Amino acid sequence: MTLCFLVGLAWALVFSPADYQQGDTVRIMYVHVPAAWMALFVYLNLALAGASLLIWRHPLAGVAAEACAPIGACFTFLALATGSLWGKPMWGTWWVWDARLTSVLILFFLYLGYMALTNAFEDQERGRRAGAVLALVGVINLPIIKFSVDWWNTLHQPASISRIGTPAIHSSMLWPLLIMALAFTFFFIVVLIQRMRGELVAARLRALGRLSVEGR
Amino acid sequence: MKSWLALIGRDLRLAWRQRGDLFMAVSFFLLVAALFPFALGPEPNLLLRIGPGVVWVAALLALLLSLERLFALEQEDGSLDLLLLSPLPAEAIVLAKAASHWLTTGLPLVLAAPIVALIYNLPFDGYGVLLLSLLLGTASLSLFGATGAALCLGARRGGVLLPLLVLPLAVPVLIFGTAAVDAMLAGLAARPHLLLLSALLLLALPIAAFAGAAGLRQAAE
Repeated sequence: MTLCFLVGLAWALVFSPADYQQGDTVRIMYVHVPAAWMALFVYLNLALAGASLLIWRHPLAGVAAEACAPIGACFTFLALATGSLWGKPMWGTWWVWDARLTSVLILFFLYLGYMALTNAFEDQERGRRAGAVLALVGVINLPIIKFSVDWWNTLHQPASISRIGTPAIHSSMLWPLLIMALAFTFFFIVVLIQRMRGELVAARLRALGRLSVEGR
Repeated sequence: MKSWLALIGRDLRLAWRQRGDLFMAVSFFLLVAALFPFALGPEPNLLLRIGPGVVWVAALLALLLSLERLFALEQEDGSLDLLLLSPLPAEAIVLAKAASHWLTTGLPLVLAAPIVALIYNLPFDGYGVLLLSLLLGTASLSLFGATGAALCLGARRGGVLLPLLVLPLAVPVLIFGTAAVDAMLAGLAARPHLLLLSALLLLALPIAAFAGAAGLRQAAE
């Protein structure tokens, strides 16, 4: 992960060419685009973990879903914040009510709602299951975000990178972008595992605490 | 089907016994709509421009008021457990609750909407589209609201949590609802927006049924 970040950041911030129109501000892309991808990817993980919690009732799935949410919210916030910083010099405004921006904002609120709902119950398991249902309902937002730039022709540019066909972005910018995306993905996996481990230790601590109270 | 109608009938009778509550949502709706001219100044052009949006936002907020009590009373007195034990599936219970919520809150709001449209000087040709969009939209909002209410059942601070869950889901309804009225006022066709609103309603039906039923079952466990 560190290697990816080092290579990706160096390549993105120093070695990649500046855009002929946008100048150096184009470098915001190397944080903005991976963060936005991760916002969607983490939500997909959250929803899949929620689905497996509801279907197979595996307790780890609940832990994973709960651990996903704050990370995803951070990525979404990062995407919105960097997008805002990028929008100021390029579009001349911090924020427009464009379809993609609005739908990503809704995604952010969905993350917040999920976190609020899972924390609102005395019984942790019940909170996780209620949250899982909410996460699954929120999945309809994902295709809306993905295709918002194609359905509504607004200020946000359509995707320049597609797997089929040649991407509309030069390889000198594409490679650092992909490495940054890889770095973000590794970062997500590492943080997710750390959070899950922490949650499991906390659960064990709670159980031990209960035992010592009962034993007394 | 018969017991499903009986469930709606029971809720309607309960609501009718406490008629005052019906007027509360409507007066809240009118009051919120009346606040905007105070805050923004009484310029007719401005009010005409924001009118459709104000009607929609006020209706959305007024619908949220009564959502919290949708299942809470049943859970407190234990009749929710009996309902879940009855041969009626949990999905049908959620749909019945959403239907009675719409009949007791959504429909009065739709009927009160012409008053707001009048004080915002909306032209009379727009009333039909406004009412039709509100009819479709408030029904989907009731469905989403019933889902949220079922999920929040037994949560701490459910009253604050519920809007946080329901409002993001309500955004598409709000967008297409106001777009329909705006298109009508601009002389464009409102039909595509109304069709999209209907599509949202059809989408909300299964989502509310399944997600709400999952929430009810979890609450009863």
